[in-house]
Formats: sequence, C-alpha cells, structure tokens
Amino acid sequence: MRLPGDIDLRMAFAVFMRNATDYRRTWWLNILPNFFEPVLYLLGLGIGLGYYMREGLEGKDFIAWLAPGLMASAAMNGASFETTYNMFVRMTFAKLYDAYLATPAQIQDIAFGELLWAIVRAMMYGVVFLIVVSVMSLFGTSIVTSPWALLLPVMLALIGAMFALIGQLYTSCIRVIDLYSFYYTLWLTPLFLFSGIFYPVDRFAHGEEIAWFTPLYHAVRVCRGLSHGEVTTSMWGSVVWMAVVSLVLLRVVPWRLRRRFFR
Amino acid sequence: MSRLALREEGFECGDPAAPWYRTVHIRGGVLGFRVRESGKQPFEIQLTMTSRMADDPGLAIEARGLTKRYGDRAAVDGVDFRIERGEFFGFLGPNGAGKSTTMRMIYRATPVDDGVLRVLGHEAIPQSDRAIKSRLGVVPQEYNLDERMTAREILEVFSRFYGLRGEARRTRIAELLEFAELEDRQASPVAELSGGLKRRVQIARGLLGDPDVLVLDEPTTGLDPRARRALWDKLIALGERGTTIVLTTHYMDEAEKLCDRLVVMDEGKIVAEGTPAGLIADNVPPQVLEIVVPEAAERRRLHEHFGPVALARVELADRLLFYGADGEALLRRLFELRDGTDARVRSANLEDVFLSLTGHGLS
Ligand SMILES: Nc1ncnc2c1ncn2[C@@H]1O[C@H](COP(=O)(O)OP(=O)(O)OP(=O)(O)O)[C@@H](O)[C@H]1O
Ligand SMILES: [Mg+2]
Repeated sequence: MRLPGDIDLRMAFAVFMRNATDYRRTWWLNILPNFFEPVLYLLGLGIGLGYYMREGLEGKDFIAWLAPGLMASAAMNGASFETTYNMFVRMTFAKLYDAYLATPAQIQDIAFGELLWAIVRAMMYGVVFLIVVSVMSLFGTSIVTSPWALLLPVMLALIGAMFALIGQLYTSCIRVIDLYSFYYTLWLTPLFLFSGIFYPVDRFAHGEEIAWFTPLYHAVRVCRGLSHGEVTTSMWGSVVWMAVVSLVLLRVVPWRLRRRFFR
Repeated sequence: MSRLALREEGFECGDPAAPWYRTVHIRGGVLGFRVRESGKQPFEIQLTMTSRMADDPGLAIEARGLTKRYGDRAAVDGVDFRIERGEFFGFLGPNGAGKSTTMRMIYRATPVDDGVLRVLGHEAIPQSDRAIKSRLGVVPQEYNLDERMTAREILEVFSRFYGLRGEARRTRIAELLEFAELEDRQASPVAELSGGLKRRVQIARGLLGDPDVLVLDEPTTGLDPRARRALWDKLIALGERGTTIVLTTHYMDEAEKLCDRLVVMDEGKIVAEGTPAGLIADNVPPQVLEIVVPEAAERRRLHEHFGPVALARVELADRLLFYGADGEALLRRLFELRDGTDARVRSANLEDVFLSLTGHGLS
C-alpha cells in the first residue's frame, strides 16, 4: 500500500519491525527510565514544591496543573531520543540504511518506518505516565478529571510524531554525533522549561506570542486541556498547529535524507 | 524456452520423442525469441532470435558512456559494458578505480550523472528504482549487518522487504541458511561471527528476494584463503543455477577462476574487456621471466642485456618482468649473464595484462 509521497507501507513496516526486534532484547533496560523520569518530576515538583503552593495555579492544585505538561514532555523525550541518537547510530555507524536501500525500500519508506517506531516509543513514555496519574486520580489526587482524557493517547501519538520528525530533520542535517548536545541543551531543554509545564508562559513578557511558535507549548496545551476537560477552540488550534507542522516535515525529511544518501 | 512457457502462450509442444522435436537450451534463459506458427503439419513452431537491441531481454545490464562525478573528478568516466543474463561478470581494478561507484549505480545507491544505464530492462532513473531493486541482490563492500542480531533474525527482518511471509518465508530462510552453511551459527549474534561468516550472512540476505542479478562488491577482501575458496564455491553454485553474477575484485586469480568475462578498470575507465584467457592472449606474451633485483645498476644491466629478446618488459619496484613467447629462451638469456637463483619463469596472468595496460600494479 502506498501513501502520498510514494511511501510504501510494507517497507516502512519492515523497518519498524527491525527496530521492534532489536528493542525486544533490551526493553526492560529502556522501559524503566521511561517510567521513572517523569514520575520523579511529578513527585519531586508536584508533591515537593507543590506543598508550598497551597493556592495552586490557575485554580488547580499545582500537581494537577503540572502533570499534563510532564506527560507531553515524556512523549517529546521518547520520540526525540529515537530519531536523534538512535537513528544516527543506525544510519552512520551500523550502515543500516545502506542495507535497507539495497532492498526495494526507498528512503521515504525508511524514514516513515522510523517515524512509526518513534511514535510507539513516545506513546510508551506518555501512556505509562498517563496510567500513573490516572491511578493517582483514583486515589484522591485529582489530576485527570475529564472523559476527554480518553483522547490523550491519540494526542500523545501526534506529539510523538511531531517531535520524531523534528529530530529526523536535525539528524538529516548533521554529520557528527556530538552536535546533538546542541539539540538537547539549546532546543529540548529550553522547550521543557519555557513551554508552560511548570508555570504559565506569560510569566515573561511576550511569553505567549513567542511560545506559540514552538512545538512543546502546543503539546502541553492539548494535554492539559484534555486532562482537565477544558476543551477550547485555542486547544483545537494547537492540535491543528501540530498536525500541520508534522505534515510539512513528513515531506521535508525524506527530501533531506535523499540528498544525503543518494549521491 | 521451456515447454511450459510455450504452453502458457497457447502453443502445444507435442511429443518430445517426435523426430522434429527440439529443446532450445540457452544459457541463463535468453528470452529474445519470437515464436511463430509455421502452419505446416505436424504442428511446428519457428523460433526467431530477436536482435540485440538496447532493451534486449537477454541483457542483464547495459551501460553506455556511464559517468559519475564527485566534484570535478570523474569516479566513473564514460564506461561501456554489456552483461548478459546468466553471465558471471567481473570488474577488476586497483583502489579508487571506480568499481564500487559503478556497482552503486547499478544497485541504485548513486545517481547516474551522464550516459545510459539499463538494468534488467529498466532505465536507471528514480522512477524505476523499486522495480530494479526488487530483482537485484546486493552484497556491498562494507559489512552492514546488525551486529547484535543473529543471522536468522537478520534474514527475518529483511525478508519483509521482499514480501515474504508465513510458510514461504520460513522455507526461504531455511534454504538460505543451508545454502550459506550458517545453520550451526544461526543463533549467534553477528558480532561473534568471523569475517567469512559475516560475508555469508550478507550473501544470504542478498538472496532473499530470489534475485535475477547478484551484485557483489569485493566479497572476498579480507578473507583467508580457505574462506575465499569456500565463498567461490557458493558463487559458482549460484552461477550454475542461472543467477547473473556481477562482482568486483582486486584479485586476478579470483577473476580468472570465476568470471566468464571481465573488464579491467583504472581511474574510472575501462582499459580492457574480454574473457580471462582472451585478455591474456590479446595483451601480453604468454611467458614471463620474473627477477628480483634490488639494485638499480643491476636492473639497467639486465635491461641492456635482454634487449629485443624480451617482447615486453615491466619494472615494478624491485622486480623486473621480461615477457616472451618462450620462457626457456628467456631463462637461457639470463644464464648467459649470471645465475638465476632470484628468477622464475611463469605463464602470464591477468596481473600482467593489468600492468601492460596501465603501467602500474593492482592494489
Ligand atoms: N561519496 C564520495 N564522495 C567523493 N568521492 C568519492 C565518493 N565515493 C567514491 N569517491 C571517489 O571516487 C573514486 C572511485 O571510488 P570507488 O570507491 O568507486 O573505487 P573502487 O574501485 O571501488 O576502489 P576500492 O578498490 O578501494 O574499493 C575514488 O577516487 C573515490 O575517492
Ligand atoms: Mg570499492
């Protein structure tokens, strides 16, 4: 089956399955940090720092306000790791793409297969976190309070796709693995700190206007809206924003990768 | 053309015992025949061979003026060659000759800058990449295997690219593990396999799609003599099954042993083409006297002494090669001057062809 952009789904699935086969070997090494990192933030900041913020934020308990943003960032991290370091290693050191390209697969199929896998990884991070906070909600810490939350897994997939594609774009442009330190410290870390996870973006002048142009802000807004049942037009706007960026990158990434590999 | 194929076309072939019955055996199955009813009784058909045009289905690969540039250097510089179906075809040449670049153009990993390349009837343009690659098996120069996976896992992963599933997939993988003699090691991670075994995993992977053409880029480089021979046997077996095999190599003995035909490449160009024996016969006298002479003065003395007795000569670092029709005559000439402890007579081989054509050694 072919998708627009001449993406052959069977080939993409083959690439997906190679990653799944490889992951099966070490899944327990990977899944634990996935689980702990956002949960540690939730406990450390939500319960620790939250204790001193009795009046909460925007009319919510601090922990309830914080948790959806952490969920979005968990999906971001899962997807990003997969299409940065992991993809780079497969592409350059393991020369796996050369092996794929010697089969009937084309570069766009490979990129799409990697994308599907990154989405699965993002959902592992995000959905594990969603389960944790849902359980906490059952035991009195009301974090996820709305049936709209049933849409969260779908949104986590979209967030994962968007960040996976951004990572793929960066990966397609760099030649040395060391350049990822910039991606992490000057891109993902600022996104994590200034996208309204820990405090509203309008804490800084023009915060909202600037944040609108960055991806994690929209991801956080959607997760928060669905968790709390505050479904607004601007939240749907954020969904559209992420979808548009993803669709554009879905075209740009194979083009970049083709220029890199077909020379 | 087999009886079966004719039947499919709507022809009945008749009784194989009949006096007029003929089977046509064509190496590698050249299909360039027109089938026509003659109208005579008993039923008879005529096979007319079609001319070898550019889209001759008997050709596996055809290149005309094939060129690939990196910057303003041409890695492959206007080469022409034709590889027939079922042929074992070699590209021989030193480092940087452009062999890999040519292979990469064939298996569609590198664009063609100039000239025409047809692979299995398809023009090598992006639109036909998938069609070409689905009929091609590739064993690249570098190892590119998933080191943590086992041979079996790698075959399972890559079989999906060829649409193999279920029972067909299981039998194909079992066949290939057997063919590559990997059954004992199928459960070891590739990282633990020797170079020869890794090559065999790559070859098994390249054969998953049951290719019409198998392209191997220096498959035996880095293997010990025994592993090389074992690999040769595998390749010969494949060739006998009718697979077209295209391989590159630095080794003359390999090219001589395996190839029906070969081209010699140097600096992006094809400098000679033919069968191994034909290349030798056409380009160099049959016998060579090879003398190791470290001193330059002694080399000059020998040059003068041999004079026109040697039909051709080559100086290679500390070795002198004198060519002639009769090895003994060359040796006698040497004994007129001095003893021959550092000399030997041998038949000319492809290395001599290469030397005579390019003036420098292979590798
Ligand atoms: N990606 C590339 N970028 C720039 N130059 C290249 C590239 N690939 C090959 N070349 C150049 O093209 C020329 C031919 O290289 P190629 O790899 O085809 O040679 P080869 O005959 O396969 O040599 P070897 O026996 O060492 O494998 C060399 O000069 C090489 O440096
Ligand atoms: Mg090479």
